[in-house]
Amino acid sequence: MSPLLEARDLVRIYQTRRGLLGRPSNVRAVDGVSLKVRRGETLGVVGESGSGKSSLGRMLLGIDTAQGGAVYTNGKAMPVFGSPEWRSLRARIQMIYQDPLAALDRRISVAEQLREPLDIHRIGDSESRMARVHEVMLSVGLRLDQADKFPHELSGGQRQRVVIARALMTEPELLVCDEPVSALDVSIQAQVVNLLADLQHDRGLGMVFISHDLKVVRNLCDRVAVMYLGRIVEEGPADTIFSDPQHPYTQALVSSVPQPGRALKSRIILQGEPPNPGNRPPGCAFHPRCHKAEDICRHTVPETRSAGVECRAACHFAGHASLRELA
Amino acid sequence: MTVTTVNPPRFAKRRRARLPFTVQLALFWLLAMVICALFVDLLRPYPITQMNLSTRLAPPGTPGHWLGTDELGRDVLSRLIQSVRSSLVIAFGATLLSAFFGTLLGFMAAKFRGVVEHVVVMLADFQAALPFLIMSLAVLAFFGSSMLLLVCLMGFYGWERYARITRGLAISASAQGYAAAVVQLGAKPSRVYLRHILPNVASTLIVSMTLTFPEIILMESSLSFLGLGVQPPDTSLGNMVGFGREYLTTAPWIMLSPAVVIVLTTLAISLAGDWLRDRLDPTL
Repeated sequence: MSPLLEARDLVRIYQTRRGLLGRPSNVRAVDGVSLKVRRGETLGVVGESGSGKSSLGRMLLGIDTAQGGAVYTNGKAMPVFGSPEWRSLRARIQMIYQDPLAALDRRISVAEQLREPLDIHRIGDSESRMARVHEVMLSVGLRLDQADKFPHELSGGQRQRVVIARALMTEPELLVCDEPVSALDVSIQAQVVNLLADLQHDRGLGMVFISHDLKVVRNLCDRVAVMYLGRIVEEGPADTIFSDPQHPYTQALVSSVPQPGRALKSRIILQGEPPNPGNRPPGCAFHPRCHKAEDICRHTVPETRSAGVECRAACHFAGHASLRELA
Repeated sequence: MTVTTVNPPRFAKRRRARLPFTVQLALFWLLAMVICALFVDLLRPYPITQMNLSTRLAPPGTPGHWLGTDELGRDVLSRLIQSVRSSLVIAFGATLLSAFFGTLLGFMAAKFRGVVEHVVVMLADFQAALPFLIMSLAVLAFFGSSMLLLVCLMGFYGWERYARITRGLAISASAQGYAAAVVQLGAKPSRVYLRHILPNVASTLIVSMTLTFPEIILMESSLSFLGLGVQPPDTSLGNMVGFGREYLTTAPWIMLSPAVVIVLTTLAISLAGDWLRDRLDPTL
């Protein structure tokens, strides 16, 4: 069976211009990313700001067209943005946004916002639509008396529940969540993450979870892809990635998550400046900040190689026992 | 789902603010103006062309002519009521026309971008650079003056403002936030623009309308004043002001009564528009 969502060699290039008469330069925000999401699986995409996570998410949804490579859903190529096929596909692929207040129309009541996907896709009659609104509201933990509220009258966590409920109205197969909890308080983050985990578990949703928050990703995801400067540098099962990271960048990320009972000294502090996608270092893009960089890293782009069970990493030293000893 | 008892949703009563006194007055005045315009033939005590040279320039308060008479002995009150109709038809018609086309063009520019946007923006710039009074003079001089032509011409006056506002707001709305979210839900452009973006930009458009409305009344007044607006024997507020000007020192009531109506109507429109904008915004 073909995977729910498959991306092959996605490329997204942005043109930037310095100053009024500056020559336009190309920024490869996403550079040859391939990934697969199976039914009922949660894939976490992590990386720092500017690593191309959100651009990747928009391409997976078909909002931005890929300038190279292609996205397939259930084995079929993604239709052109805005076409009737693309629109009807929205009933099966939905998105959850970072800022729930911005994603909701502030002039429309919660119930109407929730009913809208059903109106758009002409599912059911008006009675069954309202019944479905109430059902989904309860399942995401909203009270029914909040149906007549407007978005600004709800708290941040409730708003994000509304956004999640709206995404679930048409019973999609795939959710793309773009930093869904990073705008929320820590206490509410936990609620929303648990809600997503429950929904994912109950409904067998496939999910792409884009985040820079490793704690959340670790709790929620089956597999994790780590992005650095538009490329996936390491991908594998979440447990393996967090317990035995291969790529030095992943090691640094994982070590940055505070853990009770572990001394802070073991953190790997990354040297150098944050990456600039417009000025990509030659060889391995990570070498200027890598504490293990050798000559080969400065000249040769590392191939993505298998590093353990279902794991792949783009590092010259990945899979070598010596590296693990060094770490 | 295991929830079996579904409580009927309680519909929270939204607190209804009492109408402020000024808004009450404004709405009352506008209602009076609309009634005047609708029932001119019943309200008017005399036909507007009926002359009575023996009671020329009678001051206000004269029995039978409560607002006085003009230089030909015509009843000012009758002519004022008739003027309200012409001016309101022109101002309402032109405001709605310009708001409709301006908004439509603005949305088209925001939706299609590229060439369409360039053309719309260029037309708007052209319109803004055009000395409008001179253009209307030319058009009216060539085609003669009729009510329909006046309305269309005035309607052309304000559209560029709506087009610019709508384009800017629609672009910023569709680039991020709620509009993008609705697109992502699978909505057609018509739904995105009419059901989501239009209500969200409506408050700005309404404010713009309350600004254009008085401008159009004044514009019509100046055209009539120049003799190219509403043609005698028919009359409009501007027309009355224009012809009453010569008697400003001897019979100021001919000019003052339509001037007062212009001021009060435009003020009432501004107040009512302000209030309407606040009412349409659920976050206020």
